[in-house]
This record gives sequence, structure tokens and C-alpha cells, in this order.
Amino acid sequence: MTGIAKGIGRRGVLGAAGVALAMPAVRARAQAAGVKIGLVAVQTGPQAALGTQLRDGFLQGLKHLDGKLGGLPAEVLVIDDELRPEVAVTKVRAAIERDKVDFVVGVVFSNILAAIVRPVTESGTFLISTNAGPSTLAGRGCNPNFFTTSYNNDQVHSVMGQAAQDSGYKRVFVLTPNYQAGRDAAAGFKSRFKGEVVDEVYVPLTQLDFSAELAKIAAAKPDAVFTFMPGGLGVNLVRQYRQAGLANIPFLSTFTVDEATLPAQGEAALGFYSAASWAPNMDNPANAKFVKDFEAAYNYVPATYAAQAYDGAMLLDSAVRKVGGRLGDKDALRAAIRAAQFRSVRGPFEFGANHYPVQDFWLCQVAKRADGKFQTETVRKVLSHDTDPYAAECRMR
Amino acid sequence: MSLGLLLVQGLNGLQFGVLLFLVAAGLTLVFGVMDFINLAHGVQYMLGAYLGASLAAWTGSFWLGLVLALPAALLCGLVLEWLVFRHLYERDHLSQVLATFGVILFLNQAVRAIWGSAPLQMPVPALLEGGVQLMPGLQYPVYRIAILVAGLAVAGLLWLLVERTRVGALVRAGATHAPMVAALGVDIRGLFMLVFGFGAMLAGFAGVMAAPVLSVDPGMGDTVLILAFVVITIGGIGSVRGAFIAALLVGVIETLGRSLLPDLLRLVMAASPARQAGAALGSMLVYIAMALILAVRPRGLFPVRG
Repeated sequence: MTGIAKGIGRRGVLGAAGVALAMPAVRARAQAAGVKIGLVAVQTGPQAALGTQLRDGFLQGLKHLDGKLGGLPAEVLVIDDELRPEVAVTKVRAAIERDKVDFVVGVVFSNILAAIVRPVTESGTFLISTNAGPSTLAGRGCNPNFFTTSYNNDQVHSVMGQAAQDSGYKRVFVLTPNYQAGRDAAAGFKSRFKGEVVDEVYVPLTQLDFSAELAKIAAAKPDAVFTFMPGGLGVNLVRQYRQAGLANIPFLSTFTVDEATLPAQGEAALGFYSAASWAPNMDNPANAKFVKDFEAAYNYVPATYAAQAYDGAMLLDSAVRKVGGRLGDKDALRAAIRAAQFRSVRGPFEFGANHYPVQDFWLCQVAKRADGKFQTETVRKVLSHDTDPYAAECRMR
Repeated sequence: MSLGLLLVQGLNGLQFGVLLFLVAAGLTLVFGVMDFINLAHGVQYMLGAYLGASLAAWTGSFWLGLVLALPAALLCGLVLEWLVFRHLYERDHLSQVLATFGVILFLNQAVRAIWGSAPLQMPVPALLEGGVQLMPGLQYPVYRIAILVAGLAVAGLLWLLVERTRVGALVRAGATHAPMVAALGVDIRGLFMLVFGFGAMLAGFAGVMAAPVLSVDPGMGDTVLILAFVVITIGGIGSVRGAFIAALLVGVIETLGRSLLPDLLRLVMAASPARQAGAALGSMLVYIAMALILAVRPRGLFPVRG
């Protein structure tokens, strides 16, 4: 046992050294009686755009709060996880042990979250995911020190299944990447879609050219296509789908057309569908203020990554305020986060028993704004006050 | 599986193959003639796409973007050669791999610093917009046919250049007997630089051609690079003809395997495992084909060195 303890200690020290050398830390303010946040957001590699959205969303939240959380000055350490779990663990450990952060916030990808969830929560630090929402932490693996301001991934796919069902589509073609999240997407869609799935096609994650799949879709003549193609995959698919003249077949997607990819997809994505719990055009005062000031500060349209991170900042603000700044009282702080007394950009917001939000989900569609930029806009509400399918399995200890 | 679909898939495979050839041609020349492993070749493809996309946006014309991107890509290649690569010709392959890998990391980050990490878009030129109805419901984009034609034209030009001109003869001679060519008074350094710049320009051309179809993002060259290495290994290192045949082979195997295998497996298995196994096998097929070809012909289909 001592060997293990020593090993961890040494890794911690090494990690701290690594972070001191390599971590691009944004230090807002350094004061003893403040709140320290470790903001985990991927800043390098092909998915960096998503991490940038997340970071900017959280920082915009802090700006609206005058750099304070619950009245205490806030200091943010931006941690680049490099989309590598081992790097994320090392840097997050250093943030907890050396920098003594009070909260770890952020995380775009589920595999990074899976790697850091134990090191963070077992140290007694609260982990607030603002994007990744894996099923593993929603059901039996739910954790009292873990919260998410986003959703359970399966919910979003099932929303599209319900939307396809509601639209009366009978035959749907399913196209996803061949890895766990891709198969989960297909399963989530089918959990609510009761029509016929004419074909399920799985493509490698490195796919560049979808011409073979597009020819198959044309041959199958489905009522609609359901797909989950995050990042660059989605950029390629959407443009090639349009070029192949298939755009008259409704394009139902999750995490494929959003404000992070729309600048590259442009006109090609116009009219394509996505499912989300938030869109930039949502009509409430908190959202109007967020979108307007975010675009003024960062000069691009925010996506869900930014909106959920903004909510994360507001959530922490409400919780720290509720406990009167006494961050040491973990039980009171947990209850205060759980209460979630803040104005979400999504409108109503509450946590379920498993610390995942219970919220409305929308069918959204890509639209062109008057200023020429593209964004997703709500079409209709698909699920109201939806609890994720795993919440019942959660026994919070 | 109708005949029309099969035809379209075959065409898709050829078109993908031609794009691969444009990247692989430069790679095989550099590797074959200079005995230099250039992992950064994929990055030159990426640079071409970025230069093309931003020059097209700047000038407002795809054609101007294409025409300006070619000398820009050539220049980038020559600068890289002058700055980094020429210091590595005498070193062993490991040093070359390490240094050119470093160039990949550097340029991927540089591209991100200059253009941002969100993917760029490059519109299809108006002349090549729209599609041809090859099978019911599917418009085969004219632009993809243009890629096919442009690739075949470049292949023809390259063949003429390598087989029928003095420079081509020197390049071929340099590939097999470099010291002898140098002893005959040919400036082998200059020849190398020419080959290198030309290879970089071809990769850049492939990048510009691919930009309207694929997403232009940092790291787009990395996936292409792996397949390009498969192509030059199958084709025989240094052989442009081999690269051409191998690229078409890889393109067709990749595309047809991906689309046909799940359906074929469904004849002998249940639908769900057939889809999974088909998808997995489909992405392995190119490498299985490479292993088989190398087992029969260890030096590739058209070996250059005796």
C-alpha cells in the first residue's frame, strides 16, 4: 500500500512540475479568500474549437458576475486536457493538490471525464461537467460530488428518435461512426423511433469521403436519415450530402450541425435538423443577454458547449452565495449546488436524483441570420421535463 | 445492390484513388529519388487546402485561389526543404522520421494559430456546381468528376515528364544510381530540390482540389498520409506508375469494401453482427490487401531498385 501511495505522490509532484511548465494558465485574480476553478477544456488537436467554446462560455459567465462567484473573487486555471486521458489526470491532480482548486469544471469529451472523475471526487472536490454526460455516471455509477449542467448523451439521440416518430417518418436510414458513442447514438435513436430502420451503416472515425454511404442512401430512398457525426466528420458529411443532391431527404442529426461546425458547413447545412436542450434563439432574458455579450466579446456564435459552461458559472455562483462563501462545509455546498437556484439560459433548470438536469428538449433547425451567420433555431419542443433513462438506477451514497 | 449503385461506387473509388495518387506521387518521388522519408508530406497537402481556401476567399474566385495556391504551395515546400529537410539527406531514416514528425506538429499548430481551430470552407466553383443523374435519386456532383479528370490529366503529364523529358530521365537515374548521376556532373542537390518542390506542389494541388469536398481543418493531412504510404508501398517505392495503379486500387478496394462487405456478410450472418463486422473488416481491407500484395511481391507491384 505504501508503494502505491508513494507512486501517487511522485506522480503528483511530476504532474505539478509538468503543469508549471506547460499549462497555459489564465489567472484572473490571485487572492487567498477566493474561489479557485480548474477549467478543463481541450485547447489543442482537431477538437480544440469545442474546448474554446466551453472556455469562452465559462469566462463570459464570470464577466457577467464581475469576476466573482457568490461574492468571492474567482480565479480560473484553464487546463488543456489535450484529449488524452493520462494528460488530463496528471494536470487535474496537480490542480487539486498544488493549486488547491475548489471546483473542477468543464470537460468536452466523455473519455476525459471518465479518467478524471475518481481522482477529483475522491479528493472531496466537486466536479461539474458542462458537456460530457455519460450514462456510466448517470445510473449505478452516480456520484455525490459529480454534477452535470448538460444532459445524458442518450437523451439527445432519443429526442431525435421521438422527433422522427412525431414527424410520421416510416423508414429511416441510420449512419454513425463505428465506436461506442456511435453505437450508443443508434441505440438511443431507436429507443423512441418505432418505424423501420432500413439500414444501419457504421463508418470508421477517420472517414473523409462519404460518397459510398451517400450512394447507399440514395438507393435506399428513406423518409429521413439519422446521423451522429461530431466535428470534422460532420463537416464532410453535410457538405457531401448537399452536393449529392440528397437534401430533399430530411437530415436528422445529433452533435453534427452546431455553431462550432456551422462556419465550415455554411449554406450546405441550411434546413438540417439537430436535437438540443438549448439554441441561441431561445427567448428568455438570460439567454438574450448571454448571446449578445458573448458574440460581442468573442466574435462568433455560441454553441451548446458555451451555453452549458455559462450555466456552470451561474450554478457555482448560486451555490457559493447560498452557503455564504463557506466552501469548507461540503454537505451544505452539495445541497446548494443540488438546489440550482440560478437563471439558466435554457429557462427552467433543475437537477434530478442523479445530479443530471431534468429539462426540456427541442428539435432545432439550421437557419441563416440577418447578419449572414448561421445558427440552430428551435422548431418545436419534443420532450418536456425529461429525466434521463438511467436516473432510476442511481442510489446516491 | 443494383448495377447503377455498383457503377457509382466504382466511380467513387476511382475518384478517391485519384486524389490519393496526387498525394502519393510526390511522396514516392521524394522517397524513391532522394531516399528521404518525409512524414510532413501530409502537412503540405493540408497547407495547400488552407492556402487555396483563404486565397479563394480573398480573391472571391475559386480559380484564382487554385492558380495562386500552387506557387504558394511550391514556395512552402522549397522553404521547408531549405530550412529543414536538406540538412537531413545524409542522416539515417530515424532522424528523418523524427524531424519531419516535428514539422507535422509545428505546422499543425501554426495552422491553428493562424486560421483558428474551427474548420474552413471553400465553395465549389459555379462552373462545376450541380450534379449528373447517374442513378435515380443521386446527383453525382460535377465537381467530383472534375477531380477525377484533373487527377487523370496530372497523371498523364507526370508520365510524360518522367518518361519523356531530360529532367525525367535524370530523376529516374537519380532514383537508381544517385552517386553515378552526381559523378556525371549533374547537380544532384538542385535536382533534389526540384523534385521536392514539385512533390509539395502536387500535394498542395490535391489539397486545393479536396477542399470543397472535405473539411479543411488542422490535422486533415494525417489521415491522408497513412493511406499515401500504403499506396507507395503497394506501388513500389519511387515508381510513379506504381503509385498510380496502387492509388486506384486502394481507392476502389476502400470504397467497394466499405459499401459491399456489410451486405455480403449479411448473406451468412445475422443483420446486426454483419453490420459491425462488415464495418470493421471494411476498414481493414486496404491493409489486408497490402499485406497480401507484399507477401507475393515484397518490393511492391512496380519495384524501381533492382
